[in-house]
Amino acid sequence: MQHIKTLLCRSAVLSLLVCAAGCTSVQPWVKPYERQNLADPIMSFEPHQVSTRYINHVYEAREAARGAEGSAGGGCGCN
Amino acid sequence: MQRAVREVAVAATKSRLSKPEKQAHAARDSRLTRYLALLAGLMVACGQSIAAVLPEDRADILYHRYEGGGVTIDGPSVLVRKQFGGKVSLWANYYVDMVSSASIDVVTSASSDGYTEERTETSTGFDYLYDRTTMSFSYTSSEESDYSAATFGFALSQDFFGDMTTLSMNYSQGNDEVRENIYQNGSVISSDFRGDASRQRFGVGLTQVLSKNWIMSFNLESVVDEGFLRNPYRTVRFANGDDIGRAPERYPSTRNSDAAALRSMYYLPYRAALRTELRAFADSWGVSSRNIEFRYLQPYKEGMTFELKLRYYNQSQANFYSDLFPFEDAQTFLARDKELSDFNSLNLGFGASYQFPQHWLPIFEKTSAHLFYDRIRFEYGNFRDISGTNTATFGLGNEPLYRFDANVIRLFISAWF
Repeated sequence: MQHIKTLLCRSAVLSLLVCAAGCTSVQPWVKPYERQNLADPIMSFEPHQVSTRYINHVYEAREAARGAEGSAGGGCGCN
Repeated sequence: MQRAVREVAVAATKSRLSKPEKQAHAARDSRLTRYLALLAGLMVACGQSIAAVLPEDRADILYHRYEGGGVTIDGPSVLVRKQFGGKVSLWANYYVDMVSSASIDVVTSASSDGYTEERTETSTGFDYLYDRTTMSFSYTSSEESDYSAATFGFALSQDFFGDMTTLSMNYSQGNDEVRENIYQNGSVISSDFRGDASRQRFGVGLTQVLSKNWIMSFNLESVVDEGFLRNPYRTVRFANGDDIGRAPERYPSTRNSDAAALRSMYYLPYRAALRTELRAFADSWGVSSRNIEFRYLQPYKEGMTFELKLRYYNQSQANFYSDLFPFEDAQTFLARDKELSDFNSLNLGFGASYQFPQHWLPIFEKTSAHLFYDRIRFEYGNFRDISGTNTATFGLGNEPLYRFDANVIRLFISAWF
């Protein structure tokens, strides 16, 4: 339970920071028409979900570490 | 009214222009039109990849193979994703592990020379897009002869700050049933229930566009396990006079862990990208780990992309782990799982992708083929190789430390429709 509270506190701090950033007068500094490089397929963190799920499973089954794998994580449901 | 005045003024100005001035004006108009068209194109392109959108309709068929440490695991994975009504994207994944194992755990346990088994995992889920919010639900079921697992997950992500920031949250709950197969003459004669385990994951993430060439993400995830968390087959070894004694492992019934990861994607001055990942992990069993990864992506000519990867991982051992306990029941909890030992691994990877010319297969919008190869070296700091006559040759507790190399292959084709 303490663990969950710690995580909730961290989430709250993160959300407050984000809200604080939103309340200031800072404007988005990368305009939509300046994002052609970011839109390039090579800039995707994980472009192939089927492949990412597998390699994360390879690591998770052989390492004690788990979690924070990114969007394609979430546990393999296996021993 | 104001618009009409402006149009009259512009027409009057144009009518007063000389011929060269009119030509220059027309050229400027043409450049302006091209610029606006380019701008609109870029906005559409950016909108497709940066703002909240549903994943593309796509099918992937993958063959995977892991070979290392006496273990071979291979099989297929098929993932299909399809949008409905522009608001919902459904997906389903079918995955199989065909395992042939004569790992060091198996060959040194004296219970078996090796075994084969199969694990089948089926997953399904959907993403629902509402304005700049995406809600995702998923369900995964995994079955093998001595282990069943079911997991459902929920995730939420929200784009804001001019679509430069994405905040995401995820939660999943898994329920596992652990059994132990009883073998006779190499065949399973019964599968005895050993215990249940449950797992909850809580995650938050923040992705931020930092510049027109740089994007970063930060993820935190906590995992809480409860129940039967050990492998029912694995044993620990202990000194028993001049002999070696063996006893089943004993694990705590809870485990909490936290992981934090920072990822960066940077577009280089020429068309190439550098991906960097740092991750730190710690759990209530005393294990802490770090990993760092670099990936370099280089497009080459029409349709080819190459990838180079370097990943280093290291971890400390669990506080109830020992390669050799001094006597039987030396402590409350006992483990000799090499995944809980102090170890490090170095992973070198190479990938090649080829995107076929558009409509090469008329039924698909585009198709691509991919091959990724990883070679991973595992070196254990406190797990000894007790196979063969090592114990007799080197003495109890002085056997060489275990190490092995693994080869991992991912070969897949993707089709967008």
